[in-house]
Amino acid sequence: MQLPSVPFMAERASTVAGQYDALYGYIAAITIFFSGLVAVLIFYFAVKFRRRHPLEIPRPNAGSLTLETMWTVVPFIIAMTIFAWGSSLYFTLYRQPKEAIEIFVVGKQWMWKFQHTEGQREINELHVPVGSRVKLTMTTEDVIHAFAVPAFRIRSDVVPGRYTYAWFEATKTGRYHLFCTEYCGTNHSGMNGFVEVMDPTAYQTWLAGGGSDSPAAAGETLFQSTGCATCHRLDAQGRGPNLNGVYGKPQQLDDGTTVTADDAYVRESILNPRARTVAGFQQIMPTYQGQLSEEQILQLIAYIRSLGAPDAGATTGSRSQTPATDTTTGTVAPDSQRSNPLSPTQPRANANSNARTEVNATGGGATPARTGGNSNQ
Amino acid sequence: MNPPSLPEGAPTPRPTESRVRFAHTNYINAHYGIKSWLLTKDHKRIALLYLGSISLFFALGGVYAMMIRLELLTPASDLVQPMTYNKLFTQHGIIMIFLFLIPSIPAVLGNFLVPLMIGAKDLAFPRINLLSWYLYMIAAVIVVWALLNGGVDTGWTFYTPYSTTFSNSYVVATGLGIFVNGFSSILTGLNFIVTIHTMRAPGMTWFRLPLFIWSHYATSLIMILGTPVIAITILLVAFERIAHIGIFDPRLGGDPVLFQHFFWFYSHPAVYIMILPSMGVVSEIVSTHSRKNIFGYTFVAFSSLAIAVFGFLVWGHHLFTSSQSVYAGMIFSIISFTVAIPSAVKVFNWTATLYKGSISYDTPMLYAMGFIGLFTIGGLTGLFLASLGTDVHLTDTYFIVAHFHYIMVGGALMGYLGGLHNWWPKITGRMYPEGWGRFSALVIFVGFNLTFFPQFLLGTLGMPRRYAAYPADEPVWQVLNVMSTAGASILAVGLIIPGIYFIWSMRYGKFAPANPWPATGLEWRTLSPPPTENFAVTPIVTWEAYEYRPVEEMRVIGVGDGDTSPPVQPAHGTT
Repeated sequence: MQLPSVPFMAERASTVAGQYDALYGYIAAITIFFSGLVAVLIFYFAVKFRRRHPLEIPRPNAGSLTLETMWTVVPFIIAMTIFAWGSSLYFTLYRQPKEAIEIFVVGKQWMWKFQHTEGQREINELHVPVGSRVKLTMTTEDVIHAFAVPAFRIRSDVVPGRYTYAWFEATKTGRYHLFCTEYCGTNHSGMNGFVEVMDPTAYQTWLAGGGSDSPAAAGETLFQSTGCATCHRLDAQGRGPNLNGVYGKPQQLDDGTTVTADDAYVRESILNPRARTVAGFQQIMPTYQGQLSEEQILQLIAYIRSLGAPDAGATTGSRSQTPATDTTTGTVAPDSQRSNPLSPTQPRANANSNARTEVNATGGGATPARTGGNSNQ
Repeated sequence: MNPPSLPEGAPTPRPTESRVRFAHTNYINAHYGIKSWLLTKDHKRIALLYLGSISLFFALGGVYAMMIRLELLTPASDLVQPMTYNKLFTQHGIIMIFLFLIPSIPAVLGNFLVPLMIGAKDLAFPRINLLSWYLYMIAAVIVVWALLNGGVDTGWTFYTPYSTTFSNSYVVATGLGIFVNGFSSILTGLNFIVTIHTMRAPGMTWFRLPLFIWSHYATSLIMILGTPVIAITILLVAFERIAHIGIFDPRLGGDPVLFQHFFWFYSHPAVYIMILPSMGVVSEIVSTHSRKNIFGYTFVAFSSLAIAVFGFLVWGHHLFTSSQSVYAGMIFSIISFTVAIPSAVKVFNWTATLYKGSISYDTPMLYAMGFIGLFTIGGLTGLFLASLGTDVHLTDTYFIVAHFHYIMVGGALMGYLGGLHNWWPKITGRMYPEGWGRFSALVIFVGFNLTFFPQFLLGTLGMPRRYAAYPADEPVWQVLNVMSTAGASILAVGLIIPGIYFIWSMRYGKFAPANPWPATGLEWRTLSPPPTENFAVTPIVTWEAYEYRPVEEMRVIGVGDGDTSPPVQPAHGTT
């Protein structure tokens, strides 16, 4: 949809911005029409029926059921059209794409921290490629923040204690403001930055330029260093569940119910292990509340995610046959959509063996990993 | 814009020597001394106590607003520190909402007019009425104490866990003030409901009630049903802040979004506490100053109740981006659209009332027409925010700020000022200067629009609210902010003018006749100012609401209060 550029509209730089502006235009037209109508009527009546004699008393109103019905029903119908259109746009904005570049976002008074799957970390700057879907998994170390990029027409609160998600697909290269829009304390107005939308090759160069461990690799290190591995053995059944192939799967709990092992459940199990215990295990895990930062929890989740089961093709990024959505350049390897769509193609098995060397050494590496290993592994 | 000329056969003004003293005993001159005011049980005197106190807080809130606007003249945070700015907008919000807007029309005009309009001698519980004012004053003193000690920086919304765990300001003290103030509000609502049910004069049936009463009835329902929720919420915040009981902070096992549900369960209906009384005022003014009965009386009356009921079911539209379930979002969205309908019905009915009326350009009418226009814009821009998809980009930007100021200033404040002008002759027995009144109404209208219309554009461009500093690389943002600040200055001047002439008119204004406009309500069928007991003889209502009769007939006091002296002066005498 190509809408004309309108003064006083924010720049349009994402795929939803056009859809957004179309709905905005529709409601704006309704607003202008009805406020104009009321204003014109009031002015016209005020002039035409002005008091011409101090003693005049006009004839009383009789009322009109027809009119009352009309101005109840017509606004209602108009309101319902806006409701339907608005809800449909909302679902577009909040239905998370299955195939996307994933970026972890942690808000903190008063900065935004980003971590790319490939390991790059940045603060208050987010580099993304044009033409690819980007999914943000967000949480905060302290108070509620909100992540907003006006040029993309996206916003989501970032809430402590849970994960929220947002996605966008940038359509234009450039630098766009990014704001915290939920009041978060003294330097709230300083908690902003830029989204740098780059063309894919430039993005690729940027990605290659340094960076640290990927979140999954960092998570693996943490998994060892914080002692998770002593119970959650990956070679055999330990005192805790073996986490191979657990992520994304329904788990039987000791109270008979089942729960899908998603981000929220893994997070809860780290911070409050006794809330929902997997059947067959004792409640012996200590809480890690206060011992891990939000970023570290996200790294652990990334690692556990990477321990996809061998048969779990659907969740392990082996959708190699699915064409990547709108991604652009010819260098894109279809199967690397989830981890790094724009990196030079690297066979997944190789990536796995590169990345998992250490795990292999500790006896856990029998599983394919979804995260593409970085060369610095 | 010709001022209505002297009615033919207007009586001559009172002799000069009585220009500073009323000829009859009324509620103002019946007793003297500070004690007679501070211990009064007369609803009219209590209304004046409220008028004085809320005016003070309105001025204070206005000073905060001006400082906010001055800071935003430039992109950098250079006039005040960000921390100070945060306290400014927080305290602006808290004072304007809890200490001005919520009590404004109900506690001043409602207190004064509800018994008069229904033909009662006083409210049902005069002592509780006085207690309400004292609770309000205690709340105000607590809030001011918190301000003087350093203030509060959480935003008037007190979002957790910032307010419970992170803020280093006077959250609990301010909360205590709001808590106490809530009881004042509940007691006022209770008093109105009981009074309206039990103390209507003979013949004053429900459908002969002025629409002002209907809207106050609806407001009172919200006050007594909604306010306890904010009181409990504040207590929970205090528990968590003082005793670290985990309710809202996830580190303590709480849920921060739960707070938002609790908070908005009260605070969204609170918007209707602010706007419904104003709608009642506008219904009265539009009828009086076009000498027409309100078009679709029953529709306007029931739309007030519909707003009060549906208003309780829409709080979740403040949480569309707060990680609330998308399906919950849809339900709150559709109900929010539904609550727009009764407001639209009111606007259309007011407009239709003007048709073939006899429309005067007196100050109250200018405010009422301003109200209808601005409320329409405020209401329609609410559609952007009730719609799930568009809310995502606009929420927490200046679009929100503009939208709710169109409702609360363009709506509630305009209604309050219009009402003050309309009933000033009744309240004080004196006329305000009409020319100055019209002039300041126009200044306020222009200043208001210049202040807040650019903020719609700022919000559409994406400027976040509650920002002490905004990006300097967006030149348009600064242009719009400068316009807004310029508008705020004009608005401030427009608001100072009535402040001056109202005070002036209390001593030097022309004497007001019993029914200057003339209007049909019972409050106009007693003297101006009314005697302490309101009516010498309980009136018996034999006419419908807004039943206009020949002007001369309406000017006769005629409810048998024994004072047969002719009306004192015309409304707009040129002498």
